[in-house]
Parts: sequence; C-alpha cells; structure tokens
Amino acid sequence: MSPLILRGLTKSYGGVRVVDGLDLELEPGRCHGLLGPNGAGKTTTLRLALGLIGADAGTVDLLGYPMPAEAALARRKVGVVPQVDSLDPDFTVRENLLTYGRYFGMKGREIEARIPYLLEFSGLAGKADAPINNLSGGMRRRLTLARALVNDPDLIFLDEPTTGLDPQARHLIWQGLRRLIGQGKTLLLTTHFMDEAERLCDVISVLDQGRVIVRGSPRELIVKHIEPHVVEIYGDGLNEWKDCASSFCKRCEQAGETLFCYTDAPDKVVAQLEQQPGLRYLHRPANLEDVFLKLTGRDLRD
Amino acid sequence: MINLNWYPVWRRNFLVWKKLAGPSLLGNLADPMLYMLGLGYGLGGLLQSVDGVPYLNFLAAGTLAYSVMNSATFETLYSAFSRMHVQKTWEAILNTPLTLKEVLLGELFWATSKSLLSAVAIMLVIWALGLYDNFTMTLALLPVALLTGFCFAGMGLAINAVSPNFDFFLYYFTLAITPMILLGGVFYPPSALPVWLADIAAWLPLTHAIELARPLVLGRIPSDIVLHGLALIAYGGIGFAAALKLTTRRLLK
Repeated sequence: MSPLILRGLTKSYGGVRVVDGLDLELEPGRCHGLLGPNGAGKTTTLRLALGLIGADAGTVDLLGYPMPAEAALARRKVGVVPQVDSLDPDFTVRENLLTYGRYFGMKGREIEARIPYLLEFSGLAGKADAPINNLSGGMRRRLTLARALVNDPDLIFLDEPTTGLDPQARHLIWQGLRRLIGQGKTLLLTTHFMDEAERLCDVISVLDQGRVIVRGSPRELIVKHIEPHVVEIYGDGLNEWKDCASSFCKRCEQAGETLFCYTDAPDKVVAQLEQQPGLRYLHRPANLEDVFLKLTGRDLRD
Repeated sequence: MINLNWYPVWRRNFLVWKKLAGPSLLGNLADPMLYMLGLGYGLGGLLQSVDGVPYLNFLAAGTLAYSVMNSATFETLYSAFSRMHVQKTWEAILNTPLTLKEVLLGELFWATSKSLLSAVAIMLVIWALGLYDNFTMTLALLPVALLTGFCFAGMGLAINAVSPNFDFFLYYFTLAITPMILLGGVFYPPSALPVWLADIAAWLPLTHAIELARPLVLGRIPSDIVLHGLALIAYGGIGFAAALKLTTRRLLK
C-alpha cells in the first residue's frame, strides 16, 4: 500500500495556483525527493499532505486515511523534520524528546525507553542533559531528526533537512537517513541540494508551478533529459569562442560569465579548448543539477 | 469535542515554568503585593475608611482581581506569542496528532492555572494580615479567580492571534488593560465615578471580577453572582472562539 497518494491536488492563494493539479504516489520503503525552485509549491504540498491545510480540489490519502478529515489519526505514524528550527530552547535534549513524545499520547516510560536509541541514532549519546542552546547547528538538526522519530513513524517528511549545515554535519544527517531507508521507512525529502537528492533518493519528482513535471530515478532523469557530458567554460575570449562553439557541442547555455556546453563527445570540445590559452574549463559528467536547470530554467524565482 | 489531548501542551508550559519559577514568581507575585501594601498603608493612612472598611482591606480584592488579570494577560500575550511566533513551538506541535484547538486549549488552561497562582499569593497576604471578615468566604475567591483567569486568558489569546509583533500588545494594554485598572474598581468604588463613566465601567470584565471578589473579602455575599459569573465566562468564551478562528487563519491557511 502506498503511504501517500496525492491526486489532482489544487490549492490557490489570492488567485495564484500554488499547487495545480498535482499527482504524487510514494512507494513504501523508498526515499522520494521533491525538487523545485522556490515557489514551486513544495512546502504547500507537504502541508496539504500532512492535513494541516485543506485542498481546493483533489484528494490526499496519508497512510490510508483521507486528509484532512483523519489527520490526527494519520499523523500518529508520521514524523516531520520542519525547515525552521522549532526545538524548545528552555529544555534539555532529553526533555525535548520527552515532551514531543507526549504530543503523540505516548507514556513517559515508553518515551524514556526509546531515548537511548534516539540519542545513539542522532549521534547525541552523552548529550541527554545538555541544554539546547549549547548545541551546534548540526547537533540541533540531528536532534530535530531524532524528535521526528520519537513515535517510530512509517513515513517521514523532511523539509530541507541539511540547509545551513557544514559538510561534516550534512554527511552525518545523510548517514542517518540511509539507515532509516535501510529500516524500511518511507522518506519524502525536499531539498535545494541536487547532490543530496542524487545521493539519497530512489525516486525524484521535479515540481514547477504547482505540478510534477518529471519523475524518475536520478540516473533515469540524467540519461533521459540531458547529454552525458558537461564542459563549463569561462575566462577571457569566451565571447569570441562562443560563436564557433555550436559546431563542437550539441547544446550551449550561457549563465553570467560561464558557458555550459552539453555534449556526447567531450573530447572534441576539450581539444578545441586546449588551443585557447585565455579560457579555463571544467569537464565533468552531467548531474541532476543540469537536469534541474534545464527543466526549470536559470531565472531566479523570487 | 472536549478531551484531554490539550494536557501535554499544558504540561509542556508547566515544565518550562518550573525551570524558571524563581524570577517568574517574583515578577508575578511580588509586584502586586508591593502595590497593595504600598498604596494600602500609604494612601490608607490618609483615608478614614472606604466603603466602611480600612483602605487596605478594600484594596485587597481589587489587587487580587488585577493580579489575576495581569498574569493571564501576560501569559497569553508575551509568552504565548513567543511560543507561537518566535520559537515555532505551536507549529512543531501541529505536526503531531494534536490540533490547533487542543494547542489553544492547553494555552488557555495554562494561563488560567498560572493566574490562579497569583490569586493564591494575594490570598496568603489577605489571610496573614487578617484583611478578611470571614475565612470560609475567602475560599470562594478561588472560583472567582478561576473565572477571571479564564476570561482574560481567552481574550488575550484573541489579541495574540492578530498581533504582528510584541509592540502591538501595547495597544491592548493602553486601550483595554489600563482603563480597566483605573475604572474597574481596583483602587476606589465605582460609585465614586460620574454616572456615565460608572455605567461604562460596569461593562468591563475586570469590574465583574471585582464585584464578585470584594464582597467575599469583606464578608458579604456578592449580589448578582450569576450575572457577573456569566459575563466573565462570555468574555472569555467569545475571546477563545475568536482566538481559534483567527489563529487558524494565521497558521493553517
């Protein structure tokens, strides 16, 4: 059974359709990525899925319950890592977990029994009695993840879980998320980091203007939507070189001072570039970010 | 539907309060006591009697009602706003099975409980200084304080729901709370006011609270108990209903 089914979901604010006929169905035990530029409708979709707000049209089925009618029932088995830090600053690590567990109707003893596991999971063993204000940004984020697991959820929503973290902290969060996937949990992740989505997600849905425009595994999306190689070129003489570039590469895009050449045959481009001492270049395989930019454009959205 | 789902929210606030109880108690309790004793002895020394009793005895019930009002109001404005807007505590709770109504009920009952504590502190002073006439009747101050706390907690949550920032609360204090302190009968009997002003004052929630509390301290049975009680329930109930509607619009639209 799919843990979350969205059908024809529509939600407007002030005449603007933020979510516009969106369909999404999660496969159990998989990590799903929800990507999209700012304003594409990601956060509204999550709020609709959680039953926090009602849709103008369409249906939400969360863990078998119709939303928002049965939201309280469905959310007993859902965990949420929100975008904004909402830990209780007056509490210690343990008190945060204990208090949050009570919102699920759990008994104190039941939560206490789970705390050692949650602390170990989030790499906060030994920090049980630390006040929140003594934790680093990465630790707070991991505690937010641990808090979302207090009720042993089947489905976990993660809204930009690693925004603002340093690489060490991000890798720790990723390890945790992989472990959850290994346990058979279903994850729905929004992120602006394409490398994060490429690393973690089994299935990615790209949102734009309130609907899913493509869906597939990271590899499928890259193979299907973009040439396999990218050469990024910048430096003096780029404008002159650009004019003849089209004869070497399939597709070129300029963003600011950088020219992106998408090609099946990078050797020819690189050989040409070697003869241009003023130009610098970076040759790399195509990635999810290239797909994302191709599908949603390079213009700023906000 | 009323259930006990709000209790974890109440308990969360209680746990935080317990950690910071020292300064909180001092601010909530010492302040009204200083007012009462300072004005009671200072101003009381200049007055023969007010309403036939020493001024300090007269002032006691007003201080109790005013202290309950202040406590419930501060809790539902500044503290609740901090939880809702700054710390995002309510948003975190809304991701769990709890509903906004349950969160607001937890806040309502918490603010009421906290204001009850202010009442008890003033009652201890009333007992210690013998400012009452009949001890048993002073026990009826507890349900009066409960209704008063409920009334101002409900209204405070409605103000909280529409506030863009902390500064906004000054409007409420200047336009509602201060006039009530000055006109509601805390410091002098409303009969001292010109008739038109006394007529307006009679509608204020704090006036209803004091009309119930003062006779109880002075050993008399309050008149119009049902009217005053229902007025406090109505102000609080309408305030809470508005708070639920307006907070839903604010957080869940």
